[in-house]
Amino acid sequence: MQLTIEDVRKVAKLARLKLTPEEEELFVDQLGNILNYVEQLNEVDTENVLPMAHTAELTNVFRTDEPKTSIDRREALSNAPSTDGKYFLVPQILEGA
Amino acid sequence: MNVTTIVGLEVHVQLQTKTKIFCGCANRFNPDAPNTQVCPVCLGHPGTLPVMNKEAFDLSLITATALNCEIAEFTKWDRKQYFYPDLPKGYQISQYDLPFSKEGWLEIDGDDGNRRKIRINRAHLEEDAGKNIHDETGRGKDSQVDLNRAGTPLLEIVSEPDLRSGAEAKQYLEEMRLLLTFLDVSDCNMQEGSLRCDANVNLHLTDDAGQKIATPIVEVKNLNSFRAVEAAIDFEVQRQLKEYEKSGRKLCDPGVEKETRGWDANRNVSFAQRGKEDAADYRYFPDPDLVPVTVTKERIADVRAALPEAPATRRRRFEKELGLSTYDADVIVNQGRELASYFEEVVEVSGDGKQSANFVTQDVLREMKERGVEIGEFPVSASILGTIVKRVVDNKITTKSGREVFSALLEEADNDQEISTSRVDEMISERGLEVVSDTGALEEAVRSAIANCSSAVEDYRAGRKQAIGAIIGQVMKQAKGADAKAVRELIIQVIEETA
Repeated sequence: MQLTIEDVRKVAKLARLKLTPEEEELFVDQLGNILNYVEQLNEVDTENVLPMAHTAELTNVFRTDEPKTSIDRREALSNAPSTDGKYFLVPQILEGA
Repeated sequence: MNVTTIVGLEVHVQLQTKTKIFCGCANRFNPDAPNTQVCPVCLGHPGTLPVMNKEAFDLSLITATALNCEIAEFTKWDRKQYFYPDLPKGYQISQYDLPFSKEGWLEIDGDDGNRRKIRINRAHLEEDAGKNIHDETGRGKDSQVDLNRAGTPLLEIVSEPDLRSGAEAKQYLEEMRLLLTFLDVSDCNMQEGSLRCDANVNLHLTDDAGQKIATPIVEVKNLNSFRAVEAAIDFEVQRQLKEYEKSGRKLCDPGVEKETRGWDANRNVSFAQRGKEDAADYRYFPDPDLVPVTVTKERIADVRAALPEAPATRRRRFEKELGLSTYDADVIVNQGRELASYFEEVVEVSGDGKQSANFVTQDVLREMKERGVEIGEFPVSASILGTIVKRVVDNKITTKSGREVFSALLEEADNDQEISTSRVDEMISERGLEVVSDTGALEEAVRSAIANCSSAVEDYRAGRKQAIGAIIGQVMKQAKGADAKAVRELIIQVIEETA
């Protein structure tokens, strides 16, 4: 499968990554190689195989609806690049963006 | 040109569990203490793992079953990827191709006056995002993010485009809210965001040549009240009509995409929001952190059997079994589950549906409204009101006296006096409200009143019929529980006898 530079730009945009033209070229090859590698799986006949939703053969793992102590705010905010002591702060968001 | 409005609604409802969907943080509306109901899981820290809250899934099953949905025997969770500051993981855990339920319906009173089933496409379970608070000074200050809400269990209920007007959309939402509160799965508080709604609107036009055209679909967001939903849809109808006349753009034209618009409730207009570029590109894939859920047929049957009575069923029962009019049944049930239960308790004590309905829909609702209280805080309990109504039904007191006892008891309660069912009978005798069924005693009262009001009797005989009022007043003073109409007839009879 041949990846195009548009594919790379789109994926980069969705991931909010800014790539240089050189990086775009590089990733066309690298991502293309990965896809080609994975494409080998298409050689397997899956005609009569049901799609798998999960690799673990487990279902119905639940917890009961019992409250646990939350962490305190200072701790919650401690890894944030910017806070006002109460909220996480982010550059202004345009509504609907 | 013939215009048909086509509306589908997406309702998001927060489930009232104690804890969040994937962690043990409290699920509680608490904007005054931001970022205090958070933990590494709902903050999206690396290396943490979500574990499904059983109660959230159970409440979802109850809701979907009550919405007549088909419940999937196998369901799984998927990641919906997008970037927004209120979504700490960079993806929302939701359900994509195998939702736990699909293909249901909710019945509403359509615009044409007939009951109509609005089809439900699907209901699926997901996590809510946090809340962004934008700087509204226009000075471009940072936005604040509160993650208390992140991870609240959220049920998304998607209707088919079966609604035909803003009014029908409002009807659907009101019935949905009523059902959800009857089921006790959500408090549906719109101010607090427990119930939120987006509307998909477009028009089907048939021009004079009989050609059928569909306008592009618009999704209207920021609909914070039922009134806003109705107004936004009505606005869109006019806007899309004008837009079509101007541009001629149709649904399937090349380059026409679904447009997202916001609703400005202050100015009553919808406004274009930045197009969702690559909107369809959420790159869903199964969440490896959560295992699928299976539901057996027996389980589905059990949930169905244990469903609380739906509002529609209750209305019909009130009409059929308690003899209520459709109007009264609507008024009572639409007030919510608590009032409906209060009413049923009143009926249980009084034994009469119609009379109980009169007192509840007129007196109780009026007093509740005046006091601004819910039925739970209303001072006259169902057993007290039931006792009053029973005395009326048994002809011990007149309906008018029943109202008097009701008001007097309410006044006592307002003055912090203890009121109880026994106070009803005390008050009836204190105020002499018993219906005087002893005709001998009544006749005596009439004769003595006539003797005392000779001038009124003369006036009456002279043709001034209204003079009888004074005599009636005299009689009623002595026999308070007497039926005024019967007293009037008796007075006339006695006056004519003695003519």
